[in-house]
Amino acid sequence: MRAMTSVRGQVHLWVAQRVTAMLLAVAVTVHLVTIILAVRGGLTAADILGRLRGHEGWLAFYAVFALAAGLHGAIGLRNIAAEMLGWRGRGFDLAWLGIGLLTAAFGIRAAWGLYAA
Amino acid sequence: MPQTSREEREGPRTLAVRVWRGREEGGFREYRVPAQANQTVLDVVTWIQRELDPTLAYRFACRVGMCGSCAMTVNGRARWTCRTHVSRVAGPEGRLELRPLANLPVIRDLAADMTPFFDKWAKARGRFQPKDAPDGAVPEEFHVVPPASRQRREADAGIECIGCGVCYASCDVVSWNPDYLGPAALNRAWTLVNDVRDGAQAERLAAVAGDAGCHSCHSTQSCTEHCPKQLDPSAAIAGLKRRLFWDTLLGRRA
Repeated sequence: MRAMTSVRGQVHLWVAQRVTAMLLAVAVTVHLVTIILAVRGGLTAADILGRLRGHEGWLAFYAVFALAAGLHGAIGLRNIAAEMLGWRGRGFDLAWLGIGLLTAAFGIRAAWGLYAA
Repeated sequence: MPQTSREEREGPRTLAVRVWRGREEGGFREYRVPAQANQTVLDVVTWIQRELDPTLAYRFACRVGMCGSCAMTVNGRARWTCRTHVSRVAGPEGRLELRPLANLPVIRDLAADMTPFFDKWAKARGRFQPKDAPDGAVPEEFHVVPPASRQRREADAGIECIGCGVCYASCDVVSWNPDYLGPAALNRAWTLVNDVRDGAQAERLAAVAGDAGCHSCHSTQSCTEHCPKQLDPSAAIAGLKRRLFWDTLLGRRA
């Protein structure tokens, strides 16, 4: 028999997905508004660096955004794969968690790159 | 004045009824049944068994929508057949297609095996457990439960379930995940979570949590749409999720 993530672990994944959804609702809105405002005068690398370089607030915002997006997406894919492909069990759950954290790490690294550029 | 056919005015004279015969493997057999002005789908099945084919297997008991025995798939949709009038579902041509309930093993013909359905009620701890008397004695504490209290109203909203299995047969999540407890068991659990006299709250919430429990529900609400008693299992499941969300987030779970 396949080892399953404990029920407690399953509930924690579910709670994590709901909490990240709440964060994303705010973060996506801020992100879209920023894009719309930022491109009004044309989009240049200098503009982006001018806004983000050395700015701790934006770094924190994008780090939280990337973490929420990575985890939320991976947990969602986990659920779809479990239902549609029957990919269930502890091994798959750990793999999805790894994929989520890796995705988040790419995003955070990009945010850090712009902060420290 | 536009001409209307006799069928449109009075309905068909005979019904063409395709009935599933066999177990998981099997096929449809068609029967011609005299149409009546006032006739339920269960009447049709009973007529076939009495007049045409005594080997037809099906299940019923009360015939008045109380016992939850006679649910079947009628023209692709799970329904209680004793309270479903043929005129509502057969169309102007008088066609019926009857199958056993989906998402359950087939015993024979129209009789589905309800064992997994009721096993899941037990798994979801759908049984009242008195708070003060684990040995079954009369509890010392006498609870006064005001009918208008929020918790009692939550419990009352789902208490009239007759266990017909229509919601279970209509649930997509059950078809995707055979371990999923299903709407009826979770609805029952929610009525007990809101019963202030019950003493098994922590165990019940643990039993209904996780991938086999309320957290797999997509809230597509087929259960609520199809429930013949107009209950709202979807709202009950949402209640369980809400309760478990805050309990988990605030560390209230043991």
